[in-house]
Amino acid sequence: MSFSVDVEKQLGDARIALRFEAAAGITALFGPSGSGKSSVLNMIAGLMRPDRGTIRVEERLLFDSMAGVNLPPEQRRLGYVFQDARLFPHRRVRANLLYGYHLAPEEARWMTCEQAVDFLGIGHLLDRWPATLSGGEAQRVAIGRALLSGARFLLMDEPLAALDRSRREEILRVIERIRDEMRLPILYVSHDRGEVDRLAASVIAMPETATG
Amino acid sequence: MDISQIILLSLKVSIVAMLASLPIAFLLAYVLARGRFAGKILLDALVSLPLVLPPVVTGWLLLLAFGNTGPVGRLLNTTLGFTFMFRWTGAALAAAIMALPLMVRAMRLSIEAVDRRLEGAARTLGASPTRVFFSITLPLSVPGILAGAVLGFARSMGEFGATITFVSNIPGETQTLPIAIHAALQNPGGEGIVTQLTLTSVALSFCALLASEVLARRSAVNKGHDHVL
Repeated sequence: MSFSVDVEKQLGDARIALRFEAAAGITALFGPSGSGKSSVLNMIAGLMRPDRGTIRVEERLLFDSMAGVNLPPEQRRLGYVFQDARLFPHRRVRANLLYGYHLAPEEARWMTCEQAVDFLGIGHLLDRWPATLSGGEAQRVAIGRALLSGARFLLMDEPLAALDRSRREEILRVIERIRDEMRLPILYVSHDRGEVDRLAASVIAMPETATG
Repeated sequence: MDISQIILLSLKVSIVAMLASLPIAFLLAYVLARGRFAGKILLDALVSLPLVLPPVVTGWLLLLAFGNTGPVGRLLNTTLGFTFMFRWTGAALAAAIMALPLMVRAMRLSIEAVDRRLEGAARTLGASPTRVFFSITLPLSVPGILAGAVLGFARSMGEFGATITFVSNIPGETQTLPIAIHAALQNPGGEGIVTQLTLTSVALSFCALLASEVLARRSAVNKGHDHVL
């Protein structure tokens, strides 16, 4: 199993409880906004602590409330692609791409900066500041930054939602190539049925969040 | 009255006050921006106190604490042989205390404006909390730190009440620009010197404000986004 997740978390009035297992390829987490999809990604990333449960990715235990295991995000070896690219505004594109690359231990890196730049077609952007990039350009840089950090799996939180139709198609192709050529497991959050049908091998529907 | 001596002393006092309070101000700003603890409101009020107290009261309190018979003053004197009393270092201390609230405010705003989601993104890219602080939080707070530093410097240049209460008016030692202006005003026929000192004072303050504006603009323009202050 690439993802094996069983988490519960009380967030204010909403209770998020989700359990799923997913095989290789892209697994979509599908549901309306506000159903806690992003919270589930944050729990898998280690940015939010579940109240209870276990999280395994590629047979590696990342979180287990019973055993007291809770790896910090920097040890989970993941790449997180956000809806807004979240590039570091005070670093040029090149420095953004290399941020995680320099932090990754040598044996964890599986892609060079040149390969990522070629793959994403962002060679002409390297000396630009993030604030000057279009939404599609920023998202490609963000994907490159995630891949270069030595990620063993990707979390994608509505990566197309902020883009117009033609840019969407571009990024969709990039994601398909990551799935087919790099064979990284991807957990993909979306509320768009079309995207999900096109990309995902399996679809997990978010349950209604219980209130109270 | 030696005008260049007065100006140099003022610059020395203000620069030392600003540099010495910079790390303390940043630490306080960070704790107030990010910390969650009981007594945060109290700390906030305590830091802001010199802003609202009459400066002469702050000076008197400094005298009580750091004077040669005060608890801190006596300790420093017996252990290090160091004294603030009637020394330029005392003027710097008074200036630093008076400038601190302004510096903390500017820095706190800028730390609060740092997008914490960027810090989360950095964590997922492999950065430890310490590295996130030095590579993301601190550099993104730089405009506020610079603004705070300039503001602190300018406030120190203008400091009068607490300084004269704490370290008195000693030419060449504690007689900074405002104190010299005040002293010259007491002398009949001192108007010439007052005018010169006043013009100098206006010019220096103006330069400091200009510098802060330029610094803020440059850090914003370079990166193509709006600065936070």
